[in-house]
Amino acid sequence: MTQPASPARPVTDKIPPADGDKSPWWSVVFRADLRTLSLLGVLAALVVIGGVTEPEAFLDTDNLQLVLTQASVIGVVTVGMTFVIISGGIDLSVGAIVALASVWATTVATQDYGFAGILFTAVVVGLGCGLVNGLLIAYGGMVPFIATLAMLASGRGLALEITDGKTQMVTVDGVLKLGERDSYILGIPPLVMVFAAVTVVGWLLLNRTTFGRRSVAVGGNPEAARLAGIDVRRQRLYLYLLSGLCCGIAAFLLIVLSGSGQNTNGNLYELDAIAAAIIGGTLLSGGRGTITGSVLGVLIFITIQNIFALNNLETAVQQIAKGAIIVAAVLVQRRTATT
Amino acid sequence: MAPEPPLLTMSGITKSFPGVRALDGVDLHVQAGEVHCLLGQNGAGKSTLIKVLAGAHQPDGGKIVWRGDEVTLRSPIAAMRLGIATIYQELDLVEGLSVAENVYLGHEPTSAGFVVRGRDARASTAALLKRLGHGEIDPARLVGNLSAAQQQIVSMARALSHEVRLIVMDEPSAALDPDEVDNLFRIVGDLTAGGVAVVYISHRLEEIRRIGDRVTVLKDGRAVAVGLPAKETPTREVIALMTGRNVEYVFPERPMAVESGADAAPPEPVLSVQGLARDGEFAPLDLELRPGEIVGLAGLVGSGRSEILETIFGARKPTAGQVRVDGRVLRPGSVRAAVRAGLGLAPEERKAQALLMLESVTRNVSVSSMSRFSYGGWVDRGKELQAARAATRELSLRPDNPSVPVRTLSGGNQQKAVLARWLLRGCRVLLLDEPTRGVDVGARAELYTVIRRLADEGLAVLLVSSEVPEVLGLADRVLVLREGHVVHTAPARDLDEHRVLDLVLASGQHGPTLTKSPSGPATTEGSPAS
Repeated sequence: MTQPASPARPVTDKIPPADGDKSPWWSVVFRADLRTLSLLGVLAALVVIGGVTEPEAFLDTDNLQLVLTQASVIGVVTVGMTFVIISGGIDLSVGAIVALASVWATTVATQDYGFAGILFTAVVVGLGCGLVNGLLIAYGGMVPFIATLAMLASGRGLALEITDGKTQMVTVDGVLKLGERDSYILGIPPLVMVFAAVTVVGWLLLNRTTFGRRSVAVGGNPEAARLAGIDVRRQRLYLYLLSGLCCGIAAFLLIVLSGSGQNTNGNLYELDAIAAAIIGGTLLSGGRGTITGSVLGVLIFITIQNIFALNNLETAVQQIAKGAIIVAAVLVQRRTATT
Repeated sequence: MAPEPPLLTMSGITKSFPGVRALDGVDLHVQAGEVHCLLGQNGAGKSTLIKVLAGAHQPDGGKIVWRGDEVTLRSPIAAMRLGIATIYQELDLVEGLSVAENVYLGHEPTSAGFVVRGRDARASTAALLKRLGHGEIDPARLVGNLSAAQQQIVSMARALSHEVRLIVMDEPSAALDPDEVDNLFRIVGDLTAGGVAVVYISHRLEEIRRIGDRVTVLKDGRAVAVGLPAKETPTREVIALMTGRNVEYVFPERPMAVESGADAAPPEPVLSVQGLARDGEFAPLDLELRPGEIVGLAGLVGSGRSEILETIFGARKPTAGQVRVDGRVLRPGSVRAAVRAGLGLAPEERKAQALLMLESVTRNVSVSSMSRFSYGGWVDRGKELQAARAATRELSLRPDNPSVPVRTLSGGNQQKAVLARWLLRGCRVLLLDEPTRGVDVGARAELYTVIRRLADEGLAVLLVSSEVPEVLGLADRVLVLREGHVVHTAPARDLDEHRVLDLVLASGQHGPTLTKSPSGPATTEGSPAS
């Protein structure tokens, strides 16, 4: 960005003292809004329920590690999805991109290049799909729903074409090892660390960078963003690239986790990611959302899944509970938004 | 007037929305069998008033008396039951349903309470359409396949499918050809002859003269004239009521240099526009703007004022001509090029085109100058807040806390937030489109002072306003526009309100239209990556 040749009167020259702007770092904790606190409350309640119903199985270290590991894959996808939804868009193709990236990165040819080859391919395939989405939406004028629906269909198709429906086992030791207990650092699986890193970077990107500001502006009022001098189309392209990148990373995590690549990977991730973002407080119409909320949404979903599994309840009940939580979360948010 | 009690008496209606008082004690009296015209500029409160009458908005205060009884219109259905039907400008038809289904939507003739008697509905729809002079419309056709004029007829048939005593028509002629307008007038005549009252909203003054009985003029949420005789009141008096001032302002003084012509050579123009034109919107325009100068564009809505501003700003692509800033030609149709060169626009529709309503004042102010307090994309939020605070204090924006959400501000302070955005950017040419629209009357004088001070400090300002006194009071030089042409240019002190109204109204065959151009803002997208 260039400045005008000679700003007539740069206001920043006469910046008044920052009276009362300085707040201690811990004030962030207290500024956490009601929504975040209520999500934390729900999560805490779930942990209590888990601890009471299945005290040994649920609170077991192995189980907690499993919960977090499972949350990592969908969590990384959700971070990308949150950005897209905040900008007023939607990405229905995330599950398909995860599947395509995971199978492309585990073909025999790719595995010849070892660890780096698999990681590189997963990320590049993710970015490539995001690029196509972004170009179609930002410069082709397509509605995000349609463009990413097309990517969903063709991505899944291509993944099936590559694998012929077979599971592609990973033979690269370095990749397999990353999922084993030996690689845990202080009891934390590397996958979970990747998830944590993506979350932190996503949070910083949304709250502390011009990229985040522009994403919110484009989602909140695209016309105003354009008339404020923001390149709305380029911003939209970047957002779908970001979502694709997150899918590529998630695909790699999934490869590590399952030791394989399958064309059925990432099934219905799009719905889980959207649901997690929504219960986390992201407006589906754009202009508002938080990474913290989305990540808490993911953790809530995965924890429910875990508790139900431990209590030997059917998947059907589990899905009904998920649906109920989405409805409850949105109703509560509407209540807090109006008061 | 008529001895019988009025059909409808609305008195002292008030209605506020966050940030603005839309209706400030409006009276409206309608007799049975009359055509009552409702006039006013965009934003005067007409839409709010008819929505109150239609039961779509609940008034904050005031009284509605219908046929002698005080009533509360809780919902559109309640209004409909009393016999008040409204035909909105944006027709509220369901395109995927047939004509008959639309006409009887919500009150379908049924058997056993829920089986729609489609044949009956079609038959009575055909009869209604015939009465409206459009028997050729097939009741079974999909509404989506009809022309705009035919859809309007369907909308009217729907109104008549109820037992109506009062029909509100919001700019019914806007989408119609001349002979369709004649048919519309015939229908209105039939209705009133049958004792039905029509509240008719139009910007076309000659129509009002043709079919109107009485006129009520709204301005700034108040009725400035109630029940004027439509045929006898001179056009210029009506326009003066709509565009004039009911409160006298003291406008800030012009600096001596501009006022007296100055001894020293005038500064080089910062903005120069040469032959800029857009087909069908405005004719080739030449304009120079010097630092410290306020130039006003005076003209009625539809004279091309807003289009000119948006084209200079790059939000619309010109069909001819160019815009230069400091002698350098701007890329046509690129907002980003304009912003980078130092232009700023405060658009007419503040909420839709300028503000991020969910965000704080700070973020609304900083959005165009992120590079000023970010390093490699990393925002220094302390610096951002300080900069926003400096800019908003400069304009005495209230409350003096840029962290509050922008939607909680009053209209005038929201406008200041937009101005602060460009101030912070280091903008050198400010394009103001109706800067006091939606700003409470009392807060306007302060905004005028702010605008004049910015000019005194070296900004060049191009001002568009529907209010002639505003242009005359604030601008140094005035360009008078009529139907896309500049018909007169003069220093503001050489003009007065009457002179400008004469110039604006000196009509050719078209007569004055105050029609708002239907086009939304801008069709060109922002510039691609640069």
